[in-house]
Amino acid sequence: MPFQIIVCGGLAPDPLQTLEPVFDPARPSLRNELMLPAVFDPWAAHALYEAGHLAKQHPGSVVRVVSLAPKAKLQQVMMTVAQKLPFELTALDGPGGGFVDAAAVAAALAGAIAAMPDLDRSRLLLFGGWESATRGAGVVMQRVAERLGIREQFLAVDELTVEADGSLRIKERIEGGLHQISRCASPPAMLAWATGSLPEPPNHPQTGMANMRVLLPALQKAAPAAVEPAAEYLSATLPSVVRQTRVVKDMPAAEIAREIAEWIRQ
Amino acid sequence: MHPEAQPPEPPAPLDADIVCTGFGPAMAGFLLTLTRGLQQPEMAGVESRAIPGLPPQVVCYERADDISFGVSGVVTRARAIRASLPDLDPAEIPLAARVRQEKLLYLLDPVGASRRPAWMRLADQVCRALSAVLGVKDEALELPWIPPFLHKGDGFIFSLGQFNQWVGQQVMMSGLAQVWPAAPVASPLIEDGRVAGVRLAADGSEVRAALTVVGDGPVGAVGRQLDQHFGMPAGRRRDEWAVGMKMVIDLPESCTLEEGTVWHTIGYPEPEIFGFLYVHPGRIASAGIFVPSWMDSPVRTSYRYLQHFIQHPRLWRHLEGGRLRSWGAKSLLESGRRGEPYLAGDGYARIGECSGSTNVLTGSGVDEAWLTGVQLAEAVLELLREGAPFTRENLERTYVARRRASWLERESVAAERARNGFQWGLLPGFVGMALAGLTGGRLALPRRGGDRRPKTLADYYAGRLSRAEIERAKARAEAEARPLHDLLMDLCGWPPIPYDGRLLVSHQDALLMGGKVQAPAEFPDHVIFRRPQLCRDCEAHLCVEICSGEAIRVSAEDPAGPPAFDREKCVHCGACLWNCPVSNIEFCAAPGGLHSAEN
Repeated sequence: MPFQIIVCGGLAPDPLQTLEPVFDPARPSLRNELMLPAVFDPWAAHALYEAGHLAKQHPGSVVRVVSLAPKAKLQQVMMTVAQKLPFELTALDGPGGGFVDAAAVAAALAGAIAAMPDLDRSRLLLFGGWESATRGAGVVMQRVAERLGIREQFLAVDELTVEADGSLRIKERIEGGLHQISRCASPPAMLAWATGSLPEPPNHPQTGMANMRVLLPALQKAAPAAVEPAAEYLSATLPSVVRQTRVVKDMPAAEIAREIAEWIRQ
Repeated sequence: MHPEAQPPEPPAPLDADIVCTGFGPAMAGFLLTLTRGLQQPEMAGVESRAIPGLPPQVVCYERADDISFGVSGVVTRARAIRASLPDLDPAEIPLAARVRQEKLLYLLDPVGASRRPAWMRLADQVCRALSAVLGVKDEALELPWIPPFLHKGDGFIFSLGQFNQWVGQQVMMSGLAQVWPAAPVASPLIEDGRVAGVRLAADGSEVRAALTVVGDGPVGAVGRQLDQHFGMPAGRRRDEWAVGMKMVIDLPESCTLEEGTVWHTIGYPEPEIFGFLYVHPGRIASAGIFVPSWMDSPVRTSYRYLQHFIQHPRLWRHLEGGRLRSWGAKSLLESGRRGEPYLAGDGYARIGECSGSTNVLTGSGVDEAWLTGVQLAEAVLELLREGAPFTRENLERTYVARRRASWLERESVAAERARNGFQWGLLPGFVGMALAGLTGGRLALPRRGGDRRPKTLADYYAGRLSRAEIERAKARAEAEARPLHDLLMDLCGWPPIPYDGRLLVSHQDALLMGGKVQAPAEFPDHVIFRRPQLCRDCEAHLCVEICSGEAIRVSAEDPAGPPAFDREKCVHCGACLWNCPVSNIEFCAAPGGLHSAEN
């Protein structure tokens, strides 16, 4: 049976860039935010790759990405993501950067999903990242699911298997480094993915060109999303980073590990 | 044959009207002008021939993982850019500023290790002896006059990465052009003497188009293959190059340099190496050097020299305590008009640096590249309006003719012979540049026959190091599988780099902290040594010495054989390609490389 797989995912600055929070109590942001190279949020990207894999296994399935991000930036990022696998897009034009209130984001995403005319909840799998590389409130997906009335919710998912009877076997991470395996009788279900187990698909220009025929019109009609911040931010700073480099030759790996552990302890 | 052994079906060709390779300043100028033009009322009836009923389908493939990952901090008069964008406000573009103060500095040798000719050593002594009179400060003499051809006083300082990003957003928001990052182009499709499109490296897809626009830079795979196939016009050669390497630096609080400051430097760390310092908004500066192909050194290294350059007292008093923010390197094609290929042919046109647009006299390339893109876009719009095909004749009538009639051509002609003197030596080089620059190219020194090639180790270090010292250094370098340059520079008296973990960092840390270099897993090595025996016969291994990312190293298993290549360190500068004395390197198109948008 085919699935309707909806992947919620925003953008994050390319994780290799130098980020500088600019503090404004009304709306904190990142310095030169719109000029920072961005990527599809890595957590949501795992969900997207799993969605693509699942859709390939179940012919007739459709993958649809719902994304809230600055429209111009989203268009740029889609040029890369679109080369990975076929999907449709519902774009919401809104702020990025991680300072947006999780509840407001969830409301906007759920509203966009609920408004989809051909939504078949009996085949709906709602995917997203368990966390986010921007701020990581870790609650958006649950809130989207609640708003859509989806009660079957799985967090930190690493694996999904569709059984012969159509039920879903789901492996989640739980406390203590353990996995929990659940069986869900049928969709609808929400799966907030951890890393999954699939590598990033290589780029396929053909897929990209085919995708663009539907993605560009979707981007052109991206509706503005009202996500005014509900929270008051008192400060915003980056984690402090300490870097020390020492060049060594012929040092056994165990000794290097011991030295690094000692350095961390200090 | 077993069904599973069948080769995969080749992907079906993709159709477009215009396919472009490389998104640099030339392509930015092309696509911005083209997409704006396509929105004008007179273009309303122009339809795609590839997909009838739609506007012309324009696709651009960029090798790097993002359109902002180009490398160049640039100071430019921006005449062409301002003509395209008359309301350009630098405040809209991060790291952009108007030039407010410009200086030309002669840097003395503060460490005594620079390989200076006698006349330059004498100049240093005179400067020190008359420092009070001449105003020598911090081992640097500010020259009282900047030749007009070098002047950038009315221009802008840009980060090219940020500028490309800014233009790219406008192009893509038009909906009339697609710019695909991380999509290297492997080769042009050449059929019956005409270019019919390109083949993508990722999966071998053909993209067929009526016009292929080639702007893939000085070492781009498509441009090089066109040169091989069609040859170069009579008298044209690509034989002058440079590595440009730079750091973007967070300035320390103590720094008093104003935004918009531009310094051009000559004299240090080696006389052949020119340098620059630009101050961007937000207490950020770009500092870098150019290591030219005509430098005699057989162990040329850009990174070590860059570290000595920023430690020169004139720069260090402003930079000490700063932090490395970004780092990168690229090749520059410095043959200029002498290296101009066929600009157009049936089904294709070339723009930007790969079309020989860089002006080596004025030290300017970005604005010239932009202008070539604008000129081609105007030509394409004209041909689309006429419904005329993209034949060589039509492209020469519209694009090449525009180029020949513009200031770009006039200034390129003036610059064509400006570097001839450097083939004879440093002093004739400076004299030749001045002569050409001040007479508008009417006078210039003659060019010496043959290329100026690096000397042998023994010749280059004659009088400074004994043969035994050189041999010991070579043996040690081979034993430790490392480049020679550090060992020989140490022996010549260059002081060790006092690493501070912030600005003075190891080369490998510069890759991680500054360049943030990446290599996608699914692509094979893009640097290939074609014939191992040629590497065995090579004394210099210049590819190892010049490599901007230490990606090419002496092989630990076979020190005398072909070097080892680590693509996770490659910044795709292409310096190995033109430094190899026996042209034994294959440099293929691949994604990855720098991940910094601030260069």
